[in-house]
Formats: sequence, C-alpha cells, structure tokens
Amino acid sequence: MAKAAEAVKTSYQGQMHLLQKEIMGRYFERLTRAAEQGEGKAAYMLISGNPVELVLAFDMIPVYPEINALQLAVKKVSLPFIQKAEEIGYSMDNCAYVKADIGMFYSGRKTPFATIPLPSLILCNYVGCNVYLQWFEHLAEYANGEIYNLDIPFSRDPSGKPSQDDVRYVVKQLEELIGVCERITGKKFDYARLQRIVALSAETGELWSQIKALTKQVPSPFDAYFDSVTMMAPLYCLRGTEEGLKFFQTALKELEEKVQMKSGPLPEERFRFVIEGPPPWPYLRVFRDLFAKWGAVAVASTYSTVGGLWEFGFRHDPNRPLESIAEHMLQWNLTNRNFLQRYEQIRRYVEEWSADALVIHSVKSCRLFSAGQGDMREYFTKELGISTLLVESDIEDPRYFSEAQMKNRIDAFFESLEHKKMVREAAPTGEGR
Amino acid sequence: MSIDGLIAQYKEILEDSPLNYAAQWKANHPGSKVIGCYPIFTPVELIHAAGMLPVGIIGGGNRLEIAHADSRFQSFICSIVKSTLELGLTGKLHFLDGIVFHSICDPARNLASVFKRNFPQMMVEYIHFPQNMTSRFTEDYLTAEYERLKGAYERLAGKTLTDDDLQRSIRLYNEQRRLLRELYRVRRETPQNLSTAESYVLTRVGTLIPVEEHIEVLKEALAGLRDRDEKPKDRVKVILEGSFCEQPPLELIEGLEAAGCYILDDDFLIGWRWFVEDIPVEGDPIRNLARAYIDQSVYSGVKHDSREPKAKHLIDKVRETGASAVVILAAKFCEPALFDYALYRRALEKLEKEGIPHLSLEFEEKMWIFDKARTEVETFVESMLFD
Repeated sequence: MAKAAEAVKTSYQGQMHLLQKEIMGRYFERLTRAAEQGEGKAAYMLISGNPVELVLAFDMIPVYPEINALQLAVKKVSLPFIQKAEEIGYSMDNCAYVKADIGMFYSGRKTPFATIPLPSLILCNYVGCNVYLQWFEHLAEYANGEIYNLDIPFSRDPSGKPSQDDVRYVVKQLEELIGVCERITGKKFDYARLQRIVALSAETGELWSQIKALTKQVPSPFDAYFDSVTMMAPLYCLRGTEEGLKFFQTALKELEEKVQMKSGPLPEERFRFVIEGPPPWPYLRVFRDLFAKWGAVAVASTYSTVGGLWEFGFRHDPNRPLESIAEHMLQWNLTNRNFLQRYEQIRRYVEEWSADALVIHSVKSCRLFSAGQGDMREYFTKELGISTLLVESDIEDPRYFSEAQMKNRIDAFFESLEHKKMVREAAPTGEGR
Repeated sequence: MSIDGLIAQYKEILEDSPLNYAAQWKANHPGSKVIGCYPIFTPVELIHAAGMLPVGIIGGGNRLEIAHADSRFQSFICSIVKSTLELGLTGKLHFLDGIVFHSICDPARNLASVFKRNFPQMMVEYIHFPQNMTSRFTEDYLTAEYERLKGAYERLAGKTLTDDDLQRSIRLYNEQRRLLRELYRVRRETPQNLSTAESYVLTRVGTLIPVEEHIEVLKEALAGLRDRDEKPKDRVKVILEGSFCEQPPLELIEGLEAAGCYILDDDFLIGWRWFVEDIPVEGDPIRNLARAYIDQSVYSGVKHDSREPKAKHLIDKVRETGASAVVILAAKFCEPALFDYALYRRALEKLEKEGIPHLSLEFEEKMWIFDKARTEVETFVESMLFD
C-alpha cells in the first residue's frame, strides 16, 4: 500500500523570491508611470522568442500582454475581464489570455499591479503561436496603434535548424524594425549599444542555463516548474539589463548553496517529474500543493522554455547581434519548434534530469501547447514506457479548474507510481519500470 | 448532360465517399502519385507540374465515426483535425504519397507532426506562409519557401521541374479559377439560377479530380446554366463568412438557403479560389506564385494583412454584391474564425444604422441535425423581411 501522503503547504523560499518581487514591482511601476504620466514609450510584445534586446536599444518599455493576463489570473481577477470580452463577441472557445487582456483593455487598463500604457508600437513577434497574430491584430485596431508583424518562419527542416533564407528574412525584418523604432522614438539606432545589451543577454542566458542544470541534482534545489516561473518574468522583462543580470547572479548563488546543503523545495524529494504545458495560473498554489503532498518535484518543464531555450547551449552573440536575435527567435525557443521536437526535448529531460514520470497539463486556452497531447502521451507511454499523467484545466479561466477531479487523478497517478517503485526496488535486478 | 444531371452526378460522389473517388482514380492510373492538401491554401501548381495529383483532404464529413483520433486530440479541438487523423488511422488515406499542411492555426500545425510520427511512409510537408505582408523581403522569403517545396516534390516525383512545366500548370489553374469566379458571378447576379449547394458541389469536385477534367466540368456547367431562367424568390440576400477550413455538411448549406436566403458569396473552399485575378505566366513562375500570394490573394482569417482591416473587405463584399446581411458560419472551436467574428461584429455593429445586420452560427462537419440552425436563420430572415 502506498504511503499515505500528507498535505504539504509549500512556500516560496529565499532571497531570490524577495528580489524578484522588488524588481518586478519596479518594472510595473514603470508601466504605470508610462500610462499615467506619459513617461517613455511602450512596445507591446509577445513572450515567445521575444526580441527584447532591440526594444531596449531604443529605451522603449517592453509590455507583455501575456504577463499582464497571467498576473490577472494569479491575482484572481481575470474572470470579469474574460466575461467582458465574451460580451463583445469573443467566444467561450477563444484563448482566455486574449480575452482577459482585451477585457482589461476595455476597462481602462487598470489592474491591481499596474496601469497598462497604450502602445507606441505593437510588435507582433509571431513565433509559433497563431493566436498571437489575431491578438495583436485586434489590439492594433482597438488601440489604433502602429503594428509590425515580425514573421518568424516555423521550424520545418528535419534537422530542426532554420535555413539560411529563413535567417536572412528575419534579419532583414529586424533591420526594417530598427527603422520603425527610430521613427517612433526619434532616436538614432546605436549599434554598439545593442551589442552591449546583447552581451548582457548572453551572460544572463549563461546563468539561466547553469541554474537549469542544477535540477539534475538529487534532491533538486528548486522546482523547475513552480519556482522557474518566478525567474521567467525577469528573464523576459529585464533580460539585457544590469538589474536582470544581477537577479540571475543572486539566484544562481542561492541555488548553488542549496545544492551544497542538499536542500530542496520540499521536506523530502520522493518523485521527480517532468512537466509539459503552462501552469493553471488561477490555481497555481492549489495545483502545486497537489504534487507537494506526494513529495513530487518538477525537475524540468517545457513551459520555462517558451521565451527561450538556453539549456542546450544557445547564447546571444554580441558580435552578431541581429543574427543571434534571429536565431533565438527561429530556433532557440519552444514555441517555434514543431511538436516532435518537443517530444524530443521532453525525452531528453526525462533521461538527463533522471525523472520518474511525465505530467502533461493540458490547457484549453493554449492550443499551441495542447493540441495533440494525447498523441504525446501515446508516444511516451507506449513507445518509451514512461509513466505519464494527463490532466486538464486552463491557464487563465478559473471556470475550467476542478480541484476534486484534479486531486483524484494526481493521487491515483502517484499511488500507482509509488507501487511501481516498490515493485522495482523489490526486484533482484533492474527489471520493470 | 443536363446541368441538373451533371450536378447530381457529382453530388452523389461527394455524399458517397469523395476520397474513394480519388483513390479509385489512382488505382486507374498506375504509377501516378497523389498529394493530399489540407486546408486552406496550397500552391497546387507545384504538385501538378511534377505530374502528381493534388487532392483536397478536407475533413471526414458527417459519415465518419471518430473512434481513435479523440484520444489524441482533446475535446476542445475542432472536428476537422480529428477527422483527418481518423481517416489516417483507419487506413483511408492509404492512396496518398504525401500530404501538405500549412501554418493556418496551432492545431493544424501540431497535426502535421502527429501525421509525421504516425504515418512514416507518407511524405509530410509543412508550408510556413508569411504573415508580414508589408516587408520588402517577404517575396524573397516565400520564393525560397516554394523553391524548397519544389525540391521536395521533385524528389518524390523523380522528375525535374522546368519553368515550362510550371508555366503550363499556372495557365491551367488560372483557367480553372477564372471559371470558378465566373460560376460565383452567375450565382451572385442570378442566385435563383444556381443555388449555393450546387455551386459548392461544382467547386468541391475540383478538389478531387485533375484540373484538366474540372475545367471541362465547369465549362459544361456554365453552358448549362445559360438555359436556366428561374423567377427570383422573396429571399434575403446574404454574404456567408467563416467556413474557410472545416466545411459544413451539404445539408446545412441547403438548409440555410431553404430557410429563406440567397447566399451571394461565401468562403467555402476558399483556398481553391485563392486569387482574385490570374497569376502572371511570363517570367519566373515560382516568384510569380509567391508574389501572387502577397498581392493578388483573397482576404482570409488565416492571413494577417496589416495593410487593410479584414472587416473592410467583408463590408466591401456586402456593398459590391448588394447583399443586405451577413451570416457568420464558423466551425466550432475554430479559433481563427471565432476571433475574426469579434472584429466583424464590431465593424458591422458600427454600421448598424446603414443596415448590415448579421447572424452568427456555429457548425461542425459531423453534425446531423440542422433544425436549430434552420430555425435561427428563419427567424433572422423573418425579422428582416417583415421589419
């Protein structure tokens, strides 16, 4: 019989979380000042493979509607905005990130964390997600703002590499975009400045990659899903700045110390899992605790690679700033990779990060992530023999989270995993999985 | 053959099993190769020029039971993604040598990967269509993308494509699309003489047979239509929008008309009618195809052209055809169509005083019961006729 799991209430630990709060607080204050006092110019951008370096080179403020939407969900205020959007014609079946953002846009752009400025530039970095195109097309119409669709050809070569034509196309567009930014900001493009920003991004990428390797340790010093999301906001909003770099230096140091002390996020690490899919933001803590009570720690997550994939070696290159930004957008992020490349990424995680299981969190809103995850489960269970759990809810819409059902499925899964583990440990040789 | 007989003949094929018809064609032409084309648009000229037959793989209709694919794709994914996979998993796509998917939406893109894994014997291609319609470099990009595709088809067909081959294909498809535009013109101007269901049958059959044959079918149909001279009925003239990927059952289209509409224009099978004018034949054919995509193609829910708002095109269409209402008919769970609806609704409501009412409906290809949709349309029509 499986050991009865006790309820565990997790808490965020360490300086890193405090520092994150502080620097993100400052970032949101900047948004509010831009909105209310007209300080600076805002560029709306999307998370996936974001080219934040270019926007920073013109002192524009990167604003990510996805971050705003997820903050609304975390603060449990997303539903009225979603409903507002549904009133004006959006469907129950449209992505709720978009609906929350548009509902908020139509409600004065005021949120509990910031007032969101109107965009000077709507930069649709189309990196994989097709909904992005719709989202920013709509925002451009509502805000009557200038839009630039930065088109990133999707990964389609079996090698997983973009062609020379793809890279050239993206670099040429980035050059056009520089012209657009010059016109909007009235600032001349400073190549050396972009190089410095890209150098900071390269260093940040190096630190982030080292941090991600730490979860290969047993016990893992942090949870690669629930704690990684803490680090993702600075990675996108503050990558390419000194402040962002300092955050990652602090985080690495703190997490390395935890490795030294063999300390993890839970009192005991009993299971290591890889998780695929974005988190259920409206119920993040509830969801986390359902795993914590089993001593289950996420050691790798695909979600933490939407904005960029650094753990397999990519670094920005200050000597080729535009080319490396293009490569980041084309190749080195999760969302511009095809579904089979994601299977491969997860397989590597399971093997190299020594995981016991795969958990797929299937969200209705984000079909880029979810469409076809049943086939993914088929592949991992039938072809690779890896224990896989698939649970469903949503990233933004609290109406799709059923705690009782979620708990039943997670409990049943870990009970069976525990049983398999016992059988394996009892077996004389390495039989069974 | 009479026009009625001609349409009845192809309607039977569509109602029976359109893919069997294509499979039969391949069996009758040993050594030929067939490429499946998932919606919405594919440059069929490249396939044709390589001596292969492009066939529209446009869902499973309402006679296919989904027994396997729903464990691979979730309940909130549209029907066509699942029915297409079901066709594959149940061996109904065995006659395809390849299939091509496009960057139209997230589920379709993931479906391309799922096909690749589950059907390794099939060549699975994926086209990334550009979404930056204002860059000076988009044309170069798409030309390179088409060159890449051309290479893949050359390898599959075991044949090198010359400019002459491509120009001949462009010329043929230009003629086919010109005849389709003519068919739609007849319907727009005299909807009493050609129903939407009939024009749908005549268009859809073109996704199954060689273009050369389809051209003859269309010519025969257009000639036959000249003899029709029906009296116009008291119906509301509408533009239908939103069914550009998954296709509604023919019974639903018939039902909408029977409920009191003349559908003057629609976006059914829009990818097979993608260009508003002929693609130039002279010059580099691949570049001509690429340029036509950027500058001569129709507006669409899957093409995000920041040069002009989509709703403007819809409103222009209403004005140019003399329609008095819009019916949005979106496939359930189709994000592009459902997102577009919010923009269309906003634009149409802004114009309400000038009078463009609209009705929004959802459908699924697998639906069997049409009473609800029909009642909604009847109520809508009555409100317009007797208002």
